[in-house]
Amino acid sequence: MSLTARVAPPHYLLGQALHAEWTKFRTVLGPSWLLAGVVALTAAVGAAAASAAQCPSAACDMDPAKVSFTGIYLGQAVIAVAGALAVGNEYSTGMIKLSLTAMPRRLTWLFAKAAVLTAPALIASALAVAGSALAGRLILPGHGFIPAHGYASLTSVTDLRAAVGAVLYLTLIALLSLGVAAAVRDSAAAIGLVLGLLYLFPLVASLVSNATLSRRLQQIGPLPAGLDAQATTGLNSLSLTPWQGLGVVALWTAGALLLGALALKSREA
Amino acid sequence: MTTETVTPHRSPVTPERESFWHLVHAEWTKFRTVRGWVIAAGVTIAGITAFAFLGADVSGGCAATSGTSSATSTSGGTGGAAACPAQPTGPGGVPVIDAFYFAHQPVTGNGTIAVQVTSLTGQVPAAPAGSTLDEPQIGSGLQPWSKAGILIKENTSQGSAYAAMMATGSNGVRMQWDYLNDTPGLTGSVSASAPRWLRLVRDGGTITGYDSTDGTHWTLVGTATLPGLTATVQAGLFAAGSSVNGDFGAMATGVFRHIGLSWPATGWTGTNVGGVNLNSGVTVPGTLRQSAGTIAVAGYGDISPAAGNAYSGSGQSLQRALIGTFFGLIPLIVVAAMFITAEYRRGLIRVSLTAAPRRGRLLAAKAVVIGAAGFVAGLVAAALALAVGTPLLRRAGSLEWPVSLPTEARMAVGTGALLAVAAVLALAIGTIVRRSAPAVAIVIGVVLVPYLLVLGPLQGANGEAPRWPLLITPAAALSVQQAVPRFYQLIAVYRPNAGYYPLAPWAGLAVECAWAAAAMALAFFLLRRRDA
Repeated sequence: MSLTARVAPPHYLLGQALHAEWTKFRTVLGPSWLLAGVVALTAAVGAAAASAAQCPSAACDMDPAKVSFTGIYLGQAVIAVAGALAVGNEYSTGMIKLSLTAMPRRLTWLFAKAAVLTAPALIASALAVAGSALAGRLILPGHGFIPAHGYASLTSVTDLRAAVGAVLYLTLIALLSLGVAAAVRDSAAAIGLVLGLLYLFPLVASLVSNATLSRRLQQIGPLPAGLDAQATTGLNSLSLTPWQGLGVVALWTAGALLLGALALKSREA
Repeated sequence: MTTETVTPHRSPVTPERESFWHLVHAEWTKFRTVRGWVIAAGVTIAGITAFAFLGADVSGGCAATSGTSSATSTSGGTGGAAACPAQPTGPGGVPVIDAFYFAHQPVTGNGTIAVQVTSLTGQVPAAPAGSTLDEPQIGSGLQPWSKAGILIKENTSQGSAYAAMMATGSNGVRMQWDYLNDTPGLTGSVSASAPRWLRLVRDGGTITGYDSTDGTHWTLVGTATLPGLTATVQAGLFAAGSSVNGDFGAMATGVFRHIGLSWPATGWTGTNVGGVNLNSGVTVPGTLRQSAGTIAVAGYGDISPAAGNAYSGSGQSLQRALIGTFFGLIPLIVVAAMFITAEYRRGLIRVSLTAAPRRGRLLAAKAVVIGAAGFVAGLVAAALALAVGTPLLRRAGSLEWPVSLPTEARMAVGTGALLAVAAVLALAIGTIVRRSAPAVAIVIGVVLVPYLLVLGPLQGANGEAPRWPLLITPAAALSVQQAVPRFYQLIAVYRPNAGYYPLAPWAGLAVECAWAAAAMALAFFLLRRRDA
């Protein structure tokens, strides 16, 4: 009798884990500042890029959504730091031993970590993207992005899809970073790996001489694939369709989380 | 005499414990005994070297397309890519634009050609903003480097040696030879009231250019040495509208009088050097009109080096062999930031500062160690990458510009310096923020991302990239790897993705150094002021 009373049913455990992780999240100042940084940096860089963009004629061949979302190039680094620190801080402070003692089901702990990061990351991403899109909507028509130049509207279904793609992309990057940090147990190494993974693919893809290889790199790299999800013009020349692109990012994230889960399960903390 | 006195209340310390080099040695010991850091430095070297194979791999590109007129085909190409136009090469293997209209006659041995230019006019494509017309509008006018004048050229094939005296659209009289060389003569533009006299004197392999306003008083402009010039050459009058951003839409017409040849005259032959076809870029033939005492020569094209987007061949900048620099920077930045942040995390900083109470010197010792490690890693890796990439590109005939040994040395040493300064910057940022993950993200954000933004979303209409990211961020230091030259006498778009940077090599590195110095100054200040 007393035994069954002491062992809580699994859903109760998960609830406890979520509550514990949420408490950790909201009582530490760092994550909130980082997520605020995501919003500020993404929107500010997006507004700056929109102010600098000029479309003097119909042949300017620019994607207004990509211009507005330029800030995501930098915002994703900040959200990746938030993701890496969510797990990395546990290791660097030694908190992990306490956490896993209190929560012996390690995968439950990791799931709770990821879930607690996801909600604020989604909100921050949505705010960042909304800010960028709003800045673009206000600034770009004054810089030649007008119906006469082939930009019928900046608030169509395609634009909405691009915005949703951008929000999901940023959130997935936070989770990717969390997974990598769980795998390597060190936030500095994790952030190096994640930013390398993000930035090296497009850099190398645009510089290799081999055109086939370049296209392949554009398809498998999480950043270029994620950019395909944010495109609104020239959709036929993309290396992936928008949703395929987001699928590639999701695969990377799933892989990283799986790797993190395996490492967490098999290693000493 | 010496001012180095030991304060009485301290236990005796050996002089070397007080010395800076002792501190450096201690920091070096910390660095080399952390296995992960040494592995990371190894990854930096291995990554930069390995990526050279990727960057210098031209198979599958258009260089692999066999057939056509390309002399740069490699074996084992997959085909299917677009055919590449071959860029003619001049003396020394430099890619050149050599397409113009030439009214010439063969001449043998030493002699002189002199002429009076009374007019230089032309037509330029006027592209009204917002025009969607396929036919470019033509208006009269000249490009700055539209040119017409006298020319001595080995033969009429593209890329042969030459020397020329010419009037230009807005750069006065110039002497140019063998594509790369340009010397100014008289300033001002040509007109009937202000004619220009031009003269070229051949003496063996040396051609000397003179100009004059009256045909009597001559001024030496320049002396060209054309090694191995054949006895019989072509001498005559030429016109070229000049290449503007890779476009040959401009035409120039020169009107000449008082043509003096010291050789026996055999009559003028008009030749469109380079041909009139899509391959040469010149699609409209030039013209030669002779009337009493006057010859008018009109032509499109240019005689100049093919740099920037005026280069239409399939070659690559040697910098592609150093593509791994981006990869190599990441582990180095992580290690450099952790070199200080790990001390904070483990509390080792308190021990370190107890052992070295002069905090600034501790940071300086760390900077010396991590900077030296970065420099050696970068130098070794870049030397290996160039040793791999240069023969690969050369063998495929895909090196855009021949690169001299001093340039290769500058690229290798510069890459070492780029990595060293990036490491010091990471150390400084790590000291400032005391947390590794944000420090790594900040440094990667300022060193790698600006270049990525220039290649990607900041590209404006027609692929024009803004200059500022590579002027004011640490990414400016990538200019030390520039392997392709730019020329003031050629108007072209010099794009970052073709290997051109807005700053001169060492100036770009200086920008990165300024960032590192500013960050170090703040780090010194904060380290001394804050509690550890």
